[in-house]
Amino acid sequence: MSEKSIGRPSPILLGIGVAYVAILILLPMGMVFVEAFRRGPAEYLDIFAHSDTWSAIRLTLLVAAIAVPLNAVFGVAAAWAVTKFDFPGKGLLLTLIDLPFSVSPVISGLVWVLLFGASGWLAGPMASANVQILFAVPGLVLATLFITLPFVARELIPLMQEQGADEEEAAITLGAGGFRTFFMVTLPNIKWALLYGVLLCNARAMGEFGAVSVVSGHIRGQTNTLPLHVEILYNEYNFVGAFATATILAGLAIVTLVIKSGLEWRFADELSASRRH
Amino acid sequence: MSLAVTSAPRRRNARLLPGFQLSLGFTVIYLSLIVLIPLTALILRPWELGVAGVWDVVTSPRVLAALKLSFGASAIAAAINAVMGLIVAWVLVRMQFPGRRLLDALIDLPFALPTAVAGIALTALYAPNGPIGLWLAEFGIRAAYSPLGVVIALTFVGFPFVVRAVQPVLEDLDSGLEEAAFTLGANSWQRTWMVVLPAIRPALITGVSLAFARAVGEYGSVIFIAGNLPLRTEIAPLLIVVRLEEYDYAGAAAVGLAMLSLSFLILLAVNGFQRLMATPGAGR
Repeated sequence: MSEKSIGRPSPILLGIGVAYVAILILLPMGMVFVEAFRRGPAEYLDIFAHSDTWSAIRLTLLVAAIAVPLNAVFGVAAAWAVTKFDFPGKGLLLTLIDLPFSVSPVISGLVWVLLFGASGWLAGPMASANVQILFAVPGLVLATLFITLPFVARELIPLMQEQGADEEEAAITLGAGGFRTFFMVTLPNIKWALLYGVLLCNARAMGEFGAVSVVSGHIRGQTNTLPLHVEILYNEYNFVGAFATATILAGLAIVTLVIKSGLEWRFADELSASRRH
Repeated sequence: MSLAVTSAPRRRNARLLPGFQLSLGFTVIYLSLIVLIPLTALILRPWELGVAGVWDVVTSPRVLAALKLSFGASAIAAAINAVMGLIVAWVLVRMQFPGRRLLDALIDLPFALPTAVAGIALTALYAPNGPIGLWLAEFGIRAAYSPLGVVIALTFVGFPFVVRAVQPVLEDLDSGLEEAAFTLGANSWQRTWMVVLPAIRPALITGVSLAFARAVGEYGSVIFIAGNLPLRTEIAPLLIVVRLEEYDYAGAAAVGLAMLSLSFLILLAVNGFQRLMATPGAGR
């Protein structure tokens, strides 16, 4: 055995690894497109002639357009507070920010039903204010906010921790204001990591199923996001329709992965350490 | 640079940089509205049933069977991913081969692919008339609409967690240690088991617990392939949905609280185990 081969795995291991990823991940992905085109392109394109598909696309875009910017602002504010200052309870705050990742999507929807549903704490006030939360857009947004809350904060916190506060302190000392310092010094330093977090946050927001399923009420054309529409079509045994709709979401996943990999390769130094591979 | 020479971790000067109250205040209020208040409802609402009522709900045969399936299948899936994730991370870090970057990018697909899409795709693949299902049927194995289907879906969703936890640690691993072991006459298995594995064990345990936690709560990718028969192939998150559809909100909350408490206890045990195993010089 030559010295170069120390710690190099054998080709057998490579074969096992590649075969596992191919069977576990690549085959299901391919299956989406095989099933969608099973009866030819005409049947595939048929879903785009339905208004339900378009209203699902519109609703998915709307929910993401509200939830993603809100969680991006939260991520930046949380990262600023946590990485630029010392205060008691920081560890607890970090744990709470990560908490939604370890809660079941179904529970992320359930909590809103417990608050706003029948005999919920906030059901009375909402009814008297004539505001519909559940089975309407606000419920979908709240469930999505809960699920995707950690994404941006998690990308920014390790990076801003590494960067420290020296540059900002210099800018302040030289007389720049707080917001000017943020936009001229901090933002250029974190822009690619911010984009990275927004990308992952958006993918999850548009693809979320369990949480929105609980609060949506499944009203076709009204409270049906794309993932929920896939389920409805599937349960109606409209398999081609379900898989054709699924190709839109699979396309979103592929685009997300391509941009994500591009960011990792081009801007590795400007992402947090755990993303540099 | 020379002005800021302090050996202790630098203390941020809260007076110098602005925005402390604004950013922390916003963070705490936002976190309370979106996460804390809703979760408080989950913790408090089950007790409308009384302590005995909650106990009856979580010890009913259907709930117990669902919890057993969710936690059991998640443990099996996490164990499979511990082995396979380690192999794939090892291959990605230590080997150069055409398509390495593609393989690396593919690992994240279960993160990026919406769970409902994964669910129907896995079902089409493993159903009795699907490509893999047909093949398995020749051996008398039924994958879809059985507990095995649940394990397959949970293995899919948990896989990236293990690879992504182990990969950076393997990259940073000092190859000098392995070379020293080689010089001392250790064979490749000894080097793997006695040098590499102890160094990456903390990361591996972290990745496996993340995969496990994710699998316990997983819904979208499982409900299509599971068959959803009460007492047999019904997972705990689905049971919450069933209770909600019956307008039994307190019952749904009780099942949810039981799930969260169990996950929390298991993570606590894993952390305790981590601390017990942590020896000076092994990992971080």
